[in-house]
Amino acid sequence: MNKALSGALRSAFGAAATGALLAALSPAFAADPIRIGVIAEAQAIAGASIPQAAQLAADEINTAGGVDGRKIEIIGYDNHSSSADSVRAFQRAVNEDKVNAVIASYISEVVLALEPWAARLKTPFVTPGAASNEISKSVHADYEKNKYTFHGYLTSAALALSVCDGAKDLLVDRMHMKTAVIMSEDAAWTKPLDVGYEECLPKIGLKVLDHIRFSPDTTDFTPIFNKIEGAKPDVIITGISHVGVQPTVQWKNQQVPIPMFGISSQATNETFGKDTNQAAEGVLYQGVSGPGVAVTPKSVPFAEAFKKKFGNYPSYAGYTAYDEVYYIADAVKRAGSTDADKLVDALEKTDWEGTIGRVQFYGKDDPFTHSIKYGKGLITGLMLQWQDGKQSAVWPKDVAKVDIKFPSFIKLSN
Amino acid sequence: MRAFQILIDGFAISALYALGATGFTLIFGVSGVLNLSHGAIMVAAAVAAWAAASVLGVGTYAGALIGVGVALLAAFATYFAVVKPIQDSRRIPNEEREIFVLTGTLLWGIMIQELIAYFFTNNAKTVLPIVEGVVDVLGVRTPKNEIFTAIVCCLVIALLWLLVNRTRTGKAVLAASMNPRGVTLLGLELTNIYIVVWGIYGILAGIAGVLLGMFLGVSSYSVGPLTASAFSIVVLGGLGSVSGSLIAAFVVGYLETLTAYLVSPAYRTIPALLLLVFVMYIRPQGLLGRR
Repeated sequence: MNKALSGALRSAFGAAATGALLAALSPAFAADPIRIGVIAEAQAIAGASIPQAAQLAADEINTAGGVDGRKIEIIGYDNHSSSADSVRAFQRAVNEDKVNAVIASYISEVVLALEPWAARLKTPFVTPGAASNEISKSVHADYEKNKYTFHGYLTSAALALSVCDGAKDLLVDRMHMKTAVIMSEDAAWTKPLDVGYEECLPKIGLKVLDHIRFSPDTTDFTPIFNKIEGAKPDVIITGISHVGVQPTVQWKNQQVPIPMFGISSQATNETFGKDTNQAAEGVLYQGVSGPGVAVTPKSVPFAEAFKKKFGNYPSYAGYTAYDEVYYIADAVKRAGSTDADKLVDALEKTDWEGTIGRVQFYGKDDPFTHSIKYGKGLITGLMLQWQDGKQSAVWPKDVAKVDIKFPSFIKLSN
Repeated sequence: MRAFQILIDGFAISALYALGATGFTLIFGVSGVLNLSHGAIMVAAAVAAWAAASVLGVGTYAGALIGVGVALLAAFATYFAVVKPIQDSRRIPNEEREIFVLTGTLLWGIMIQELIAYFFTNNAKTVLPIVEGVVDVLGVRTPKNEIFTAIVCCLVIALLWLLVNRTRTGKAVLAASMNPRGVTLLGLELTNIYIVVWGIYGILAGIAGVLLGMFLGVSSYSVGPLTASAFSIVVLGGLGSVSGSLIAAFVVGYLETLTAYLVSPAYRTIPALLLLVFVMYIRPQGLLGRR
């Protein structure tokens, strides 16, 4: 019994000694890391780049010494493209993994489901790829409650403007096009996009002949292209993200003689060429960055570092996610704290040159509160085209490397 | 002009549906198995053909063959790993066996679907068409690949008819579908017949999957809808009746195409599903069902 007692005593002393030693040592360890939860669609190409790009940014910041000695730690969650899974991941990230901020999703439906949770759990939350206007409109409508949400990608309204700006220069002024048909998938993000298109296309001189909205479950696009051809437009203005490969391949296989121009999120992925067996040739799409396009001095080094590490170029949401980790770190530094409210204040004052342009957020009084600002000198977006199996910038002039060219089945009417 | 367009497009889609549903109904007719991993096997074939041709660069024909091969393997795996153990198990009561097979094949299909999504992402893939370009048919600009799809489907179905009606193996299969016990009394091993049927099924599903990949493209999301469409065609035609499935495939194919052209592509599948409900009310055994 004595022996047992002494054993117990010894281990108690041992534990105390270890505890004391650890306590003495802990100031020598780095301070608590800054934890960023990344919730994304690991199985979708657009979403898969999000955690990868975030990790790349964190590694770079950590190699450079972190933020005031604090390392950035990325904690990833796969949401299987589901809102319910995303909400659970968000709760877990905040309550169990004690993250200081969350970067999540390229799907508007998912982001709109997370927004109230960012408010309830008072956790700063930035989306790298969703577009719906409602995200930032909700912040404007109830600022005190929803101020934790930031929209780190262009709103659908801004995307429509970006497409129209590109279309004016490329299609109207240069190719003298006069008519268009809008073709968009039925989803939360395309509703404001279509409103934007309907408004800005006639202004730049493209008459909208028809407007086709189709279910994202559509597999056979023959009837849709058939209907579009019947209207005889000069161009098809697209608003597609959940679909992309199938309409593009069928456009080529059926040799629809009308060019496609607009938002086609899947076309921003480098793998799109392979996925479509190069049917993407000639597709014109809006992007915020692209391989080899020096939107800012940071764009190309990031894309190359990403490709080196992961084997492919990032999707559009990869660029924004990378920037987001940087400006969250910057905000923590400026706030001197990871306290949620202080972080929100600091994020509002963000002025960060990232890979897609200069990032600033609209303020409390703007209808798109906490959405990134669109405009010259900030973020304007680009138009790119698939040419010879590669993505090449064709607009605006200062980054354009090549001229537009179309496959032989495209018959330009002018 | 539009009538011709509907006629041509509807035919290609219907032929593809028919091919996809034939194997599904054959398995049910012969062994009473409703294989709910059907869509997953078709998608596996298409994705394998895509990966072989576009990633590994083995060429279009070899890619298509690899796709069919993968479907054949997947079909045998379904039979040996899922269906046969359930059929052989003594611990599963006879009256619950069908439910076990349904659940087992459903889960098996989900496993295949998740594996495809994990390794190849859930973005859609398209198989490089064996024939490219377009031809003018009755004033309709038709992709040659669409014509190719329709011809291959019809040929394969014709071959299947010959196999079943003109060869000894085929007759054994036919006999098993009519009276399994009678076949065993004739000294034929039922398991061997099942293996033959699953083999035929794998090849049919593989060809249908690869053609679908060429014609429309597939993603891991297509698994559920493909199983559902085969299921509803087969139920409409009469479970186990191959000719019923063929007729039902064309009814559904043309109904969908008509809706897509004349009403809206968004409502494409609705009339066919309503028809299914209606037929279930007035003729629960389906168009050509035997029971």
